[in-house]
Amino acid sequence: MIRPLEHILIPLGLLAVGGLLGWSFFLAVTGDAGERLAPIALARVPDSGVSNPVTSVLLNFRAYDTLLEFAVLLAALLGIWSLGSSGTGFQPAASVLDGMVAGFVPLLILSAGYMLWVGAYAPGGAFQAGALLGSAGVMLALAGHRNAGLPSEGRLRILVGLGVFVCALTGLLLMLFGDGFLTYPAGFAKWLILTIETAATLAIGATLAAAYLGGRPAAHPTTGETA
Amino acid sequence: MTDQVLYAQLLYGGSGIILVLLGLWSFLVHAALLRKLIAINLMGAGVFHILVAIAYRGIDTPPDPVPHALVLTGIVVAVSATALALAFGKRLDQVDD
Amino acid sequence: MNALLTVFDLLLTLTLLGLALVTVTSREPRRAVILFIAFGLLLALVWARLRAPDLALAEAAIGAGLSGALMLAAARRASGRRTSPAEGSDAEDAP
Repeated sequence: MIRPLEHILIPLGLLAVGGLLGWSFFLAVTGDAGERLAPIALARVPDSGVSNPVTSVLLNFRAYDTLLEFAVLLAALLGIWSLGSSGTGFQPAASVLDGMVAGFVPLLILSAGYMLWVGAYAPGGAFQAGALLGSAGVMLALAGHRNAGLPSEGRLRILVGLGVFVCALTGLLLMLFGDGFLTYPAGFAKWLILTIETAATLAIGATLAAAYLGGRPAAHPTTGETA
Repeated sequence: MTDQVLYAQLLYGGSGIILVLLGLWSFLVHAALLRKLIAINLMGAGVFHILVAIAYRGIDTPPDPVPHALVLTGIVVAVSATALALAFGKRLDQVDD
Repeated sequence: MNALLTVFDLLLTLTLLGLALVTVTSREPRRAVILFIAFGLLLALVWARLRAPDLALAEAAIGAGLSGALMLAAARRASGRRTSPAEGSDAEDAP
């Protein structure tokens, strides 16, 4: 039996969308689009304070985008927290998994630090480092740590807001005393970028680990009370 | 731009378009939340793939960093959206029970 | 021009599309998620080929790793719901 929606309309629609996408992609690749952004960006990389082109686009040329992205991550986490508390978590791990996790988590944190530093001149950066921190948290959660190694809720709030806060504060200070919002003065760019990236790494790692828990963290075992 | 580069761009960009269509089809046809989520992620992966193909400039020329930065941003936004959608799904299940 | 590279490109693309196809067509949630993780890792490999190592790192860690971990937890809940309640109790969230 032929259902008209599933067997005729959807394939036709997909064909149309695919044709349109393919046509515009072919034109974009073969056509002469005039001056592209790539040569301009690549030419200015030496002035940006870091020598990895992707990091310099992300944290210098298009720092607005990155600030807004930290805000998106924060908004997603707030959405998750507003839906209720996290579940009861996993059972505590047996000794083999526990031992493996105890070995891997410090290694992950160490490689996150390396990834953050190396992002200035080689593949890496705040997002990759934050992902490594987040996966350390996921590993702890899987091994039965109820809060995935995250601090109590009051400190966790500061931690997840750190990326937006430091990035926006740097931008505002530069607007007051410098050339404009997130326009780094020559010579300071490297250190400003590193400051923002460090804060962002902590924030991204904490946000991803907290998002994995899927709800507001349970009351911390040691403090015992959270709002 | 040499033929080799154009060929690679068309091959990888074309496969990106196929990924978008595959994801769109799966999103429209399947009802389960998890399958819809996988479909959306697949569509996103297709879009990223197209952008990476556009940025490609050949095996020994540095690629365009601007689309790369966009894709890096997109990956993180996609995972946070997935986490939010899964939290919504979990809450919906609780309401249903 | 470079025949070996062309064959490699074709092989990568076909594997990627094949993995995507079996991912969207598999019915069992856990199987679909695991195939999606494999797809993400292969995508990271393709991006390393396209000279985007930053993206390959991010996709392997975030797109495949963290998304996969998130979805596996959801798949566990979904398959726990699909089986009969008496049988599926051990697949629910642990006490």
